[in-house]
Amino acid sequence: MSVSTYEISASDKRFIGWHLIFAVVALSVGSLFGPLQAFEHAGWDLYPYIQPLFKSYYQGLTLHGVLNALVWTTFFITGFLTLTVIYGLKRDLRYPKLNRVGFWTMVVGLVMAGIPLLLDEASVMYTFYPPLQAHWAFYLGLTLVVVGSWLEGWGFYFTYMAWRKDNPGVRTPFITFASLITMVMWQIATIGIAAEMLTQLLPWSLGLLPGVDPQLNRTYFWFTGHPLVYFWLLPAYISWYAMLPKQVGGKLFSDSLARLAFWLFLLLSVPLGFHHQYVDPGVPEGWKLIHAMLTYTVFFPSMLTAFTVIASLETGGRARGGKGWLGWIWALPWKDPSVAAQLFAGILFMFGGISGLVNASYNINLVVHNTTWVPGHFHLTVASAVTLSFMGISYWLVPYLTGKKLWKPKWAVIQAWLWFIGMLIFSNAMHVVGLLGAPRRTPLGLAPYVPPEWSGHLLRVGIGGGIMFVSLYLYVLIIAKTAFSKKKAEVDEQVEIPVAEARHDPQTTPGWLDRWAVWLVATFALILVAYGPQLVDQIINIQLTSPGFKVW
Amino acid sequence: MTTKESMHVDPYERTWIIVSVLLLVLFFAAVTVAGLAMGIRVPGPVARVNPNTVAQEGPFAEPGLRELAPGKYEAYVLARTWQYQPRELTVPVGSTVTFFVTSPDVQHGFKIQDTNANMMVIPGQITSLTVHFTRPGEYEYICTEYCGLGHGAMFGKVIVTP
Ligand code: HEM
Ligand SMILES: [Cu+2]
Repeated sequence: MSVSTYEISASDKRFIGWHLIFAVVALSVGSLFGPLQAFEHAGWDLYPYIQPLFKSYYQGLTLHGVLNALVWTTFFITGFLTLTVIYGLKRDLRYPKLNRVGFWTMVVGLVMAGIPLLLDEASVMYTFYPPLQAHWAFYLGLTLVVVGSWLEGWGFYFTYMAWRKDNPGVRTPFITFASLITMVMWQIATIGIAAEMLTQLLPWSLGLLPGVDPQLNRTYFWFTGHPLVYFWLLPAYISWYAMLPKQVGGKLFSDSLARLAFWLFLLLSVPLGFHHQYVDPGVPEGWKLIHAMLTYTVFFPSMLTAFTVIASLETGGRARGGKGWLGWIWALPWKDPSVAAQLFAGILFMFGGISGLVNASYNINLVVHNTTWVPGHFHLTVASAVTLSFMGISYWLVPYLTGKKLWKPKWAVIQAWLWFIGMLIFSNAMHVVGLLGAPRRTPLGLAPYVPPEWSGHLLRVGIGGGIMFVSLYLYVLIIAKTAFSKKKAEVDEQVEIPVAEARHDPQTTPGWLDRWAVWLVATFALILVAYGPQLVDQIINIQLTSPGFKVW
Repeated sequence: MTTKESMHVDPYERTWIIVSVLLLVLFFAAVTVAGLAMGIRVPGPVARVNPNTVAQEGPFAEPGLRELAPGKYEAYVLARTWQYQPRELTVPVGSTVTFFVTSPDVQHGFKIQDTNANMMVIPGQITSLTVHFTRPGEYEYICTEYCGLGHGAMFGKVIVTP
């Protein structure tokens, strides 16, 4: 295949750029509260000073969760996947209007959900467990964000189908292939939240339903909530598998195993949500154990990923002259901020994987459920593996989209180091104090039962959080300075989209790794087996007994 | 260039895969044995209740301890915004207490410090776990799920007397 020179059109670049603008603004507002929470834990309560604007710790925490975990991620991901789909296929979107409608639907949803959030009318956390009842606009807004992301996804599928018609028998380029799987997984996963919103929360908040069934809603929520984390993670994997190797001068170690891993993520991401409900009363132990086993199976593609990504990096390190067992690591271009950020993201993710294994372990979960261990864990995953990777990606993506030079690359390297160091301190302390029994979603600086032994760890939460705070706004500054710089980059400084070649011609990858039907059927079948009986049982035994409460 | 299809699995990678799978099998066996043979159980369905009436009728109308036999108790606890009823439970050391907890309003948590008891309290459902108290002392139970403005101050304690 000849590598045709395909340029993303100026209008599509702007379109992708809009995704990033909303993503970064959400991140910078949502992250205001992270340090406030961390400082509060350390005994430095700043909430009284922001009282006129934000009413409570809990309103801030809801904003933090929604804006960071839901908005920053979803907007960045839909933008990034637009790029990987069209750049992989080297063709424009089939129906560009469809994607634009999808995007602006997301924006309308964001505004709709944002207003009650800011007015303290929806301080129900990003999990919005009923019978805490938010303003209906919050539920409708989140629903629209999901619907918008679906529309963008359909835009990807149409584009792919048009390409497929013109290119029968050609292996789908890996970055496009992986993006499509990510989107399909998301669309299957969000069926849970769609059911929750449309059949329960929306009619209930509008006064059309007298009550809801809180247990059933938790089951709906976690049907989506677990695969949600893979929706965040897989775009970072796309970069780690297929872009980062190019940035370090290496190759994708194994195209076929990379594809196999993505199929397994599609197959296994959804049918294991009960591992978030190990200590729920309304789910039988047997089903919890089945989901525990399925959760372990999803570690298998994770281990494949670890091997392939590290081996791909090694090909780069060795090509750059690295020798010996570990010498290739030092030979990697650590001074490239995009590389450094993603390498740190990967390292932090290894720790996150280990604590995730603990969470997943059925009865061991009793020790850590709803303690600060859990936010300790997911700041290593969504807030590091994902967020720090996205930061790294934006260090080439924003220059690429705007045609500007990255503002102060050395500072960007420092930014990545700071996140790494701050996060090590922060997450370690959160894990430890969680093991000692500290609950999450709690202003621990004020809680009456906090023993003196926790205070050293809580102080470290504050210190780590403070370093992360500096790092985060340094990132925002670098991106803003780059995007709004007056000077265009010189011709020889233009950034290219890094896409790694595979060591073997992808055409030799087995054909069954590029065909959808069987995998889709298997995915739905597994969901039916793992979720069907419990879902049916909980739905036929539904009790609409819980009226809404606004107790914040 | 050949176009013969192949998975291209590197020998190192094959070893890695096998070791990963073995590890996971081992982990899974460990939690299953701990659950089934050693009795480290997670909660499961007990009974459904109507959250709107549960505080007025049935066992939760009078929350507290019931002694079934010497050293064997049931504790009925109501978790509500933003306190537990009762706030204190006293049992002698060596007691086995089966907790039944529910909520008449929003979701709460119920975690007894320094024990394995940790559960979600969901309106409409009764959650239950059994704890064997082998050492005297005070064991706080705290709310681990956000339940509104007073969540951070919601706790009670089990006093285990010598
Ligand atoms: C500036 C750096 C950050 C700091 C210092 C920070 C700090 C914290 C702290 C201390 C908590 C726990 C609060 C509690 O349980 O009471 C928390 C919760 C959380 N954080 Fe962060 N965070 C930061 C950035 C991020 C980022 C970048 C993300 C995601 C992309 C994120 C996602 C979350 C989520 C989802 C929660 C849980 C909210 C909930 O319990 O509903 N955080 N954060
Ligand atoms: Cu509570």
